[in-house]
Amino acid sequence: MDALLLSLRLALCVSAILLAGGLPLAYWLAYSNWRGKFMLEAAVALPLVLPPTVLGFYVLVAMGPRGPLGKFWQTFFGHGLAFTFEGLVLASVLYSLPFAVQPLIASFESVDRKLLDASAVLGAGRLRTFWRVILPLSIPGVVTALVLSFAHTMGEFGVVLMVGGNLAGVTRTVSIDIYDHVQSLEYADANRMALVLLAISFSVLSVVYAFNRQVGRQIGHRLWTPWAAK
Amino acid sequence: MDTVGGEVNASTLTLRLQLQRSRAGSAPFLLDVSLQVPAGITILFGPSGAGKSTLLDCVAGLARPDSGRIGVGEEVLFDSRAQVNRPPQTRHVAYVFQTLALFPHFSAEENVAYGLTGLPHAESTARVEEIMKAFRVDKLRARKPAEISGGERQRIALARSLVTQPRVLLLDEPLSGLDAELKSAIVDDLRAWNAERRIPILYVTHAREEVDALGERVIAMDRGRVIGAGTPFEVLEVPRRKRLAQAAGFENLLSGTVVDLREADGVMRVRLNESRCEIEVPLGYAAAGDRVLVAIRAGDILLATSQPHDLSARNVIEGKIVAMEPRGTLVRARVDCGVEFVVHLTPGAVRALELAEGRHVWLVLKTHSCHLVEE
Repeated sequence: MDALLLSLRLALCVSAILLAGGLPLAYWLAYSNWRGKFMLEAAVALPLVLPPTVLGFYVLVAMGPRGPLGKFWQTFFGHGLAFTFEGLVLASVLYSLPFAVQPLIASFESVDRKLLDASAVLGAGRLRTFWRVILPLSIPGVVTALVLSFAHTMGEFGVVLMVGGNLAGVTRTVSIDIYDHVQSLEYADANRMALVLLAISFSVLSVVYAFNRQVGRQIGHRLWTPWAAK
Repeated sequence: MDTVGGEVNASTLTLRLQLQRSRAGSAPFLLDVSLQVPAGITILFGPSGAGKSTLLDCVAGLARPDSGRIGVGEEVLFDSRAQVNRPPQTRHVAYVFQTLALFPHFSAEENVAYGLTGLPHAESTARVEEIMKAFRVDKLRARKPAEISGGERQRIALARSLVTQPRVLLLDEPLSGLDAELKSAIVDDLRAWNAERRIPILYVTHAREEVDALGERVIAMDRGRVIGAGTPFEVLEVPRRKRLAQAAGFENLLSGTVVDLREADGVMRVRLNESRCEIEVPLGYAAAGDRVLVAIRAGDILLATSQPHDLSARNVIEGKIVAMEPRGTLVRARVDCGVEFVVHLTPGAVRALELAEGRHVWLVLKTHSCHLVEE
């Protein structure tokens, strides 16, 4: 059960960080006219196509005692990042980034530009327009972003293995735990954990789709789904 | 500068601007206008693509002209030379879009209150209530835009724009899609609201009927330029250019050659294209042999089933009906007189005269129903 709690804790942290950071990033990606924007878009989408081991490898190197991140962390917190919970959070944030940012971009972009013009003409600045118009009309995207980053972090394996290793209570997440059980031929235990993970994932996604259908109907938006991603 | 009457004073919107836009796959578009809009309703009329909406965007600050100056009274909103370009938030220019752009997640009341910030709660509530009453939508306060009918949505959009007490109101075809009665009721309320405030209202439309229904002053635009300004009669009844004549609903645009001038009578005779059909039109700047274009409204042509005598009208032309097309409350008849004329008839007239395809008829045109226009 330690592994499940750890996974839940990790997923909660990652979703919270991704929401806080994803909103401004997605806003910028949705509305900026900068020419070089495509490169940042590509960078954000990278974890969708990169093998988790490749991502994990580079993050591990950066976090190592001689890597820039590792050195930085050592200076400020007195210990390294690799094979710690914080390191795991950081790696997971990078790995789940597109799952948070892309639904946000999609829902920001589907807000009628004329509403933004109307808001500006009525005297509202960018921040007020964002909080009062863009965000309320993007709620399905926000919920999708939260849930997908949560569910994706719950189920990640490769990155955790590369960056976190397998320390009970620190970095041994559910998926690693299941892998361990299978390796030791404890199929009953593996099955129990796998079922729990399956149930959580399915119910979370069901709730999201039901919610988005409800809200989407009210505000007339197209919905973001992973297979409609760019 | 094109002024269109009315008193020029401290509330007048003055603008002079140039804006070049290159659109993929078409010739670059140049907006180059200079005009003054005094207090009261001024109609900006022209075919789609004339640059009307772009002009409004420039006034509101949603588009930036390449050069020029936009001001309201003494206040400068944009001046390329002085490098002034106030953001839309601080211009106090209200703008009602064609799509209205009501916030779908807010109630009618929240929509109207959106632009009121920094006011004590009691005052903003009072102002919202007052304006919703003025536009007769105070009963719809709690409803969302999706639950409100078309005409009332338009009223709420107007209330939302005007509650902030703007200095200029821009309307981009806000009443398109409403029937005439609903439209004039809304415009009456708008006029009543503006009676004491006297702000310039620029009303964009491409619909001829709206000009007639609203109109005190008209500015006609085409291809990025002002091509006429004045009363609806001056601008639209006597159009000087072909594109405007088409937009203003002159169904018959016929090219011809001047046969002779009769200065003493103030008329000249024009032979219509490749036909023996000659008509008398008012004297224009033309000489015998010149090519000219004559515009005639389908509704200005009389139709007779026997040759009429003793008429003041100078043009009686013989022809044959080649087609009859019912169009709502009127019938559009095409009559071949060597050149083809379009004539509008009432269904009653069609029944009384037993008009049908193939029928031999005479068309009667007053000289002054024939207008010379430029290509």
